[in-house]
Amino acid sequence: MQTSDRVRTDTGQAKIDAEPAGSPPAGLFAGLRRAATGLFAYPVTGPLVALILILIVFSVTTSTFLNAGNLSLIFQQSVVVGTLALGQTLIILVSGIDLANGAIMVLGMVVAGSIAANGDPMLGMLVGLAVCIVAASINGLIITRFRLPPFIATLGLFTILTAAARLYTQSRSYPINSDFMTILGEGPSFGLVTITYGSMLWIALTLVLAYALNQTAWGVRVYAIGNSPAAARLNGVNVNGVIFSVYALAGVFYAFAGWQALGRTPIADPSGYQIANLDSITAVVIGGTSLFGGRGGVAGTFIGALIVVVLKNGLTQAGIDSLYQQIATGFLVILAVGADQYLGRGQRA
Amino acid sequence: MLKITSRTLRSMAMPATLALTATMALSAGAHAQDKTFLIGIVEQQLANPFFAKLQQAGVDAAKKHGLETMTAESSVAGDSATQVAAIENMINRGVKGIVLDPANASALVKIVQKARDAGIIVVTTNTSLEPATAADASYETDNLAAGELIGKWAKARLGSTPARIAMLDYDLSDKTAKARHDGFLNGFGIAEGAPEIAGTALTQANVETGQSSMENLLSAHPDINAVYTINEPAAQGAFLAIKRAKKDIALTSIDGSCSGVRSVADGTIGATVMQFPTNMGTLAVEAIVTAVNGGAKPSGINNSGTILITDNPVDGIESKDSKWGLENCWGE
Repeated sequence: MQTSDRVRTDTGQAKIDAEPAGSPPAGLFAGLRRAATGLFAYPVTGPLVALILILIVFSVTTSTFLNAGNLSLIFQQSVVVGTLALGQTLIILVSGIDLANGAIMVLGMVVAGSIAANGDPMLGMLVGLAVCIVAASINGLIITRFRLPPFIATLGLFTILTAAARLYTQSRSYPINSDFMTILGEGPSFGLVTITYGSMLWIALTLVLAYALNQTAWGVRVYAIGNSPAAARLNGVNVNGVIFSVYALAGVFYAFAGWQALGRTPIADPSGYQIANLDSITAVVIGGTSLFGGRGGVAGTFIGALIVVVLKNGLTQAGIDSLYQQIATGFLVILAVGADQYLGRGQRA
Repeated sequence: MLKITSRTLRSMAMPATLALTATMALSAGAHAQDKTFLIGIVEQQLANPFFAKLQQAGVDAAKKHGLETMTAESSVAGDSATQVAAIENMINRGVKGIVLDPANASALVKIVQKARDAGIIVVTTNTSLEPATAADASYETDNLAAGELIGKWAKARLGSTPARIAMLDYDLSDKTAKARHDGFLNGFGIAEGAPEIAGTALTQANVETGQSSMENLLSAHPDINAVYTINEPAAQGAFLAIKRAKKDIALTSIDGSCSGVRSVADGTIGATVMQFPTNMGTLAVEAIVTAVNGGAKPSGINNSGTILITDNPVDGIESKDSKWGLENCWGE
């Protein structure tokens, strides 16, 4: 595959030239071209405009929202769900969904926390990483080998892992004392403003994943499978292999999310992050990635995660009841998916 | 998970009295047909140390009387189906009494009625049925009283300083959460929506959501000086936010878990209210033993104990220090 046949947009998406490439293997390009019709600009501008509007509204209506301390807080509050949502984006791009990501992260955290409590934080982190990758790969395996719908496979794993984390810990939580494990909550501080290493890591991970999705053959295959697995397969893409790689790689992001979580709240708690899975899906969807797969990207997800947190933070500043905050978030989700449906239909007709 | 219960003089005296009565009844009726019988104990998921402690106390109390127990527990929060099936089995096995920690206040009413129709004494623990009279009696924490204790303590602690309160709630449609919330406001002497309340936030009663809720409230209202939390994990989360903002705030909570009491000892939590799962289990079994042996049938909702734990005692509110708390706490 020649990279010159692809045109990149700055919106976290790969777009394929509509003109015939004229170089072999022609079949692949034809298929990818067909597959890519859905890729056409579902730009990141939608979520970005929404975020800016929300920022303006809160800045005008409250006196406490727009200050550097609060804005840095919003970043800190976004990192966990934001990092989880990076993995979720990958999975949704191949028309999957992961309801287990929060539970995978929490299991990794409590395993890491328990080993660290016995005096070996480094080993704890490595085992925690392994737990996340293995658990996420189990998802990939069930989905690719046994052809279970991702919704059901990951719902099952979610239930199992949530209970497993409770059983493993006897419902106890492990306070984390290791500086290394909590480093992501630290960072240069200017008065009330703290730019945490976790915020930096979140941005870095987003950039790396955006690069992988837009600049590598693997990325093109991910989008192609999301658009049409059949077309991708016809063009020689190892569909199951790529889907499995997506789930396994998502596990790496869940492990990073767990590290982020320990930085924010230095306690490995089996009862934490119960709805992080839904929050991550919300971030991805609000960020403009299509639940049908094949359209969207991590830049949108980055903004989507910020929107979820800004809403909660800003509505609290405005003194609005938390239940209304949830209603607001729900409306945004429906709006985002509605827009996607509308655009998706238009392009695929 | 909410853990809901005063070791007042009254409740300390009660088990002793009950035990005495039961012992007398046993020895007096050594040849009576009810000398040994089976007691069923239906708990909620044992992964929660509160429920595990409650069940163990019940089993131990039964053993003390030489009675056999049959136990069952729901698999996840709110799993009443397993509890219903367990009670059906217990009716068939011919238990004389059932100690029930209902996973759902209404879902178990029907099966409890069936058990009582079969002549079984049913006593609820931790939380009661809806209506509470569906069971013979209940032994549980008076959460309103628990909330009042920390409300009064916070008020006394602030003294003449104008109050700016943050309420870190759990879903207020939950009976326990509502009682604790209302109790705090009662104890503080203010009404719902009073100007002293700077802000409220909904947590999931865990560290993570306690932290982010408190961060947002502090960002909006840097002058907050008193905080109510639904339970100790939420309080521990709130403390992380308070520490970062470098504030001096009267932080209050309810539960009395060992982790929570340690937080009182290290100054993280200003005051918490301890509840007593062991009392619940013991009192419930003693009540059944007394009734089955021809004594008084238990009735009503009985407070299994609420005691304020703080290392900053204030005048007029009875409290115990964290040292006492660590000797009497439950869970990890």
